[in-house]
Amino acid sequence: MKHDLILRVAAKLLIPFILLFALYVQFHGDFGPGGGFQAGVIIAAAVIFYALIYGVEAARKAMPDRLVETMLASGVLIYAGVGLMGLVMGGNYLDYFVLDRDPVLGQHRGIFWVEVGVAVTVSGVMLKVFYMFVSRGRDPE
Amino acid sequence: MSIGTHFSYAVTVFLMVAGLFIVIARGNLIKKLVGLAIFQTSVYLLYIVPGKLIGGTAPILDDRFKLYSNPLPHVLILTAIVVGVATLALGLALAVRIREAYDTIEEDDILARDVDDCGADRQGK
Amino acid sequence: MAIAVVVLARSRNLFAVVVLMGIYSFLMATVLVALDAVDVAMTEASVGAGISTVLLLGALHLCKSEEAKPLRKPWLPLAVSASIVGMLVFGALGLPAFSDPTAPMHTHVVPRYLNDAMRETGVPNVVTAVLASYRGYDTLGETTVVFTAGIGVIALLRRRRNTKQETAK
Repeated sequence: MKHDLILRVAAKLLIPFILLFALYVQFHGDFGPGGGFQAGVIIAAAVIFYALIYGVEAARKAMPDRLVETMLASGVLIYAGVGLMGLVMGGNYLDYFVLDRDPVLGQHRGIFWVEVGVAVTVSGVMLKVFYMFVSRGRDPE
Repeated sequence: MSIGTHFSYAVTVFLMVAGLFIVIARGNLIKKLVGLAIFQTSVYLLYIVPGKLIGGTAPILDDRFKLYSNPLPHVLILTAIVVGVATLALGLALAVRIREAYDTIEEDDILARDVDDCGADRQGK
Repeated sequence: MAIAVVVLARSRNLFAVVVLMGIYSFLMATVLVALDAVDVAMTEASVGAGISTVLLLGALHLCKSEEAKPLRKPWLPLAVSASIVGMLVFGALGLPAFSDPTAPMHTHVVPRYLNDAMRETGVPNVVTAVLASYRGYDTLGETTVVFTAGIGVIALLRRRRNTKQETAK
């Protein structure tokens, strides 16, 4: 598939929009359908698409293994960190009301960061799993 | 207790049992995982269906609507789907490892090879 | 959807099974939209039809794509399934009817979420509000499960590369 001109051009055109849509789903999740899970999966899907068209090595160059592994762990840490922020600022664990002077704004902020954490972890895990399966298959026996 | 009001449950039961049948009747490990996934989707239906209210709308608050479907099962199933795909990935990884160790992913072949190995061990002793 | 499942159960070519699984997931997502679960439908469409199809294909690539003929006739599993159908139908008759607003699940916690979520969190999408705020612990645990599964896959699939390096030395 690497040398198919139409596929390559179409993919180049589509991938930015897929990523944009992922960001829209992520940040518009408060007001419409969407949120961290969906955004994470869509980001992973965009990179997998890229890998299918341009080959896994190119995708590895764009999203190196180290970055993906860091994403995997840092998502959970962001989530837990939001919880700890609640403790530090004088509330309970995962208590968003204290994150800002206005409790509603605090809730907003808490939900936002939690969703970011979820998205980062989910896309990291999906990508990592995909890489693992693919690199496994290309190993010569 | 008419059929009309319980039709959704009938669909759920059918999907659940179909998934279960694939899991217990088929020997191929990947097929078994697909069966598990179908079983899982039937559980999604089981949760989501009672949450729907006729005339209701999706639970995104707006002044124009009064009646919303139940958001709580949506939340639970949202998490369930993502956990489901994570466990599916783990199961596939296990299947791949089994294939490397046994050179097959048919349950019967694997069991046969296990029996062979045990017999060989005993004879060796 | 039922047709897809029946063909799925009978088909022995695993590639066809995987493609059918994708179709089935999309149909399921459509049904979920009809049931007002837009968030769930979106997840099902992207996860079920997208990612898990890719993963299944990846695994197929590593394994044989043809299933062996079953040795036994599937009468026993059929009997077990039929008896379970009986039990489940019996149980389902006791459940509340479809779209019954007096069912316990509509009267318990949910009115509070629907009435107060906007005032307390300022987020109109109640699913997001409940997911991230009211049930924050759930989602934290769930993210950790996904993380653990990822680590598990890495642990399972990475080992051979190391052993190979050792043998190379």
